[in-house]
Amino acid sequence: MVSKSTSNKPIGVIGAGSFGTAVANILAEKNQQVWLYARTPGKAEAINESRTSNGYPIHEHVTATHDLEQVGRSCDVIFPVVPSANFRELMKDLSPYLKPYHILIHGTKGFDLNVNRNKIDDQNPLTREHVRTMSEVIKEESSVVRVGCLAGPNLAREISEKKPAATVVASHFDEVIRVGQNLLRNDRFLIYGSNDLIGIELCGILKNIIAVGAGTIAGLGLGENAKALFISRGLVEMVQIGKALGGNAQAFLSLAGVGDLMATSYSNLSRNFTVGTRLAKGESIDDIISTMEEVAEGVKTIKIINELAQTYSVRCPITETLNRIIHKEMTVDDAHRYLMKFPFRAEIDFD
Amino acid sequence: MRKQKEKVRYSEIIPRTKQWPIVQLSKDRKAFIEEVSKESFENLKKITRGRSLREELEMTVYREKLRMKANPWRVDPKDEKPFWNSIQDRLVESANLPAADGKAVEEKLLYEIIHRYAEEIAGNFKKNSYRFARAFITFGFARLLNATRVKGFTSMFSKQLDLDDKIHIVGEPEHIRALAKKGTVVMVPTHFSNLDSILIGWVIQFLGLPAFIYGAGLNLFNLKIFAYFMNSLGAYKVDRRKKNPVYLETLKTYSSMALRRGCHSLFFPGGTRSRSGQIEKGLKLGLLSTTIEAQRIMYQQESEEQKARKIFIVPVVINYNFTLEAPALINEHLKRTGQERYYKEADEFTTSYKIATFLFKFFTKGSNISVTVGKGMDILGNYVDMEGNSLDSTGSIINPKDYFISQGEINVDHQREQEYVRILAKRIVDEFHKYNRVFASHLAAYTAFKMMERKNPKLDLYNLLRLPDEDTTIDYEEFKKAWKKLRKRILKLESKGKVGVAGHLKVKANEAIEQGVANLGMYHAQRPLVKKGEKIIIQDMNTLYYYHNRMEGYGLEKHI
Repeated sequence: MVSKSTSNKPIGVIGAGSFGTAVANILAEKNQQVWLYARTPGKAEAINESRTSNGYPIHEHVTATHDLEQVGRSCDVIFPVVPSANFRELMKDLSPYLKPYHILIHGTKGFDLNVNRNKIDDQNPLTREHVRTMSEVIKEESSVVRVGCLAGPNLAREISEKKPAATVVASHFDEVIRVGQNLLRNDRFLIYGSNDLIGIELCGILKNIIAVGAGTIAGLGLGENAKALFISRGLVEMVQIGKALGGNAQAFLSLAGVGDLMATSYSNLSRNFTVGTRLAKGESIDDIISTMEEVAEGVKTIKIINELAQTYSVRCPITETLNRIIHKEMTVDDAHRYLMKFPFRAEIDFD
Repeated sequence: MRKQKEKVRYSEIIPRTKQWPIVQLSKDRKAFIEEVSKESFENLKKITRGRSLREELEMTVYREKLRMKANPWRVDPKDEKPFWNSIQDRLVESANLPAADGKAVEEKLLYEIIHRYAEEIAGNFKKNSYRFARAFITFGFARLLNATRVKGFTSMFSKQLDLDDKIHIVGEPEHIRALAKKGTVVMVPTHFSNLDSILIGWVIQFLGLPAFIYGAGLNLFNLKIFAYFMNSLGAYKVDRRKKNPVYLETLKTYSSMALRRGCHSLFFPGGTRSRSGQIEKGLKLGLLSTTIEAQRIMYQQESEEQKARKIFIVPVVINYNFTLEAPALINEHLKRTGQERYYKEADEFTTSYKIATFLFKFFTKGSNISVTVGKGMDILGNYVDMEGNSLDSTGSIINPKDYFISQGEINVDHQREQEYVRILAKRIVDEFHKYNRVFASHLAAYTAFKMMERKNPKLDLYNLLRLPDEDTTIDYEEFKKAWKKLRKRILKLESKGKVGVAGHLKVKANEAIEQGVANLGMYHAQRPLVKKGEKIIIQDMNTLYYYHNRMEGYGLEKHI
């Protein structure tokens, strides 16, 4: 395929984690200059010197930087890929350099909690009002409106190894989808488009819960039948809570839904899956988190969804049991016995 | 005796009417209609919607003939039938012509239709009758007010009371005045009553603003007296019966070009009067989209010497204790099943007599109106400062031109602009809720209706509305308790800037409830609520439901 650069302007990637690095490398194939923003000056320097980031080699067009202003002012298109816990803070720092002509396509699969936790109690439960997807954070914190997200089965390691893959760029703006396609598409990386921004974001976020659960099954060595059972039940749960939060059922059948769910629930390369396997081996959640190099979004998502499910009276047995495991109210063994007895109902309303 | 208070008087911001854009526009009305026709013609040739021009024309003729038959209005011109017959005949004849000739005929017919529509839409603003109408409204209303409020006929010429004693303008009137000097203002009010058009006309002149053009439903021109005022106040005509693409495009082009010429405009973004009594949630995006298109075109045409004028959106919320048409509106709302159909206008505004009676009642009884003028925004709903600069959420200045820029240049992207319209519409709805002022009467209606709902959890809405009389009585103490709880909640919302509260709501509960119950729909034959001894009696569930709807959308139902 002939690579044609769509713009002479550099492209920005914010967050030099494994997925950020992978995105930067893909962008570098078609674009002459890609800025990769790292959180500390030291890290940026180290990346430039070693020409590796997170253990992966970086493309010659990629330059690491610690200067947000430079990224904001020189790039029209920016891909923020930082953990959800730091996302709002990052947007606040970046916002002074953003203008309404910017296009932001994020790759973060978690929620932002936009409320003081002390104010949440039985009288005033957690609602959709209090949680934000990353596209909502971008719009709240900056003047940028042309916002999109990246979601799909994109295990960073495989992308870095140049194995074939595909992703979904979702946005309300056709223009953003077009730009994303032009910048990212190459002969081993397919880009699908979707206008259901919130639906696709929810897919990416919710599948992490199921990935943690699938990890526990693998950790216990319960076999593939059990895992398939679990994943398909998990998909139903994703759709049900996803709809309660404003997503469409259809999105969950897409590459970003089922596709991503498959990849993460079957792979040791997935952080969330790894959390599950280690939980099954009896490690505590605190030990697991403190020894992981990167954030597993699933853990935070489980807690949030567990609360939201109660608020909206959606039965989410999987999320609920995982939450109990995390809070040491249940062992992984007990959890599986409990789930095997649970009278699941499979109906999904696709309207 | 009434306390003499300091009155605000606004001077005209452009004293010389000759310089008003609307006067310029009406001066070369003919040329403007030509321009509108040409641009609509070019636009329509580009947009095909998967139909050939011939199919589009056939469809238009078919729909127009259907409309003439199914729903004729007094205001419709007499030559309508011959016109459409002639179009149809020539269209049929041209079917057998060679392709090129046939196309020429089709385009000619399209142009004729557009031109006819443009002619029909275009307003007939006359400077002198504007002056007269304006003076008439102000003077006439004021005299009426004095005659009835200040002892007897002799006080007809007293200057003690003016219309602005009756109508409270709150919010940010200075902002709109500043913006009208800096750019083009698009006022977007809520729409509950046909009286709104006249009321807003008065507000515009009271604030010293130049005349606005505005789209008024063609049905209002059925009434001679309304037609006169509307023409002279700068109205152009919007015919809701015509939903064909050719008409809609012409209408949009008219609005867009007038905005580009700097005419301040007024849209009722809800389209029609709110049938349910609820604040508009779904706005009509068509006319609203012309603000975004016009702004983009102005940016495209700007040069170093001639900077583009900015368009400012100013939401306005009108609050009444009472909507004359409420019974008819709510019945229509309840009857309506899904699809918007042709319907007969059958409400209280059908005869001049009824309006006159209403106006008399309005001025003789103490029921106030408040008009909240919102803060000005740019075309994406960002607030603007007194200088007209757009501000982002952190208060930094941004340039709206950047919204249209892709890779360093302005480009035309209709899908993008459609999305912008949605963003703007959502912002306007948010502002409506914020500027809505809760009156004691609204809260009384809300409390009473919600209590009935609570008492009858098994009934759906329609059964609830049909409750027999003996079941629609509420104990006063219970009512007061619920009312106070809701008021607390509303005051909390007010402190967060999410809603406005009228001063009279803050007095002692008994007093405020009494006033609220008394004012609620006070001119209806059957008042929705009355207080008898220790009971609150609901006399009309339908209108109660209508007034209660005004308070929907604030999440208050949890607190009862």
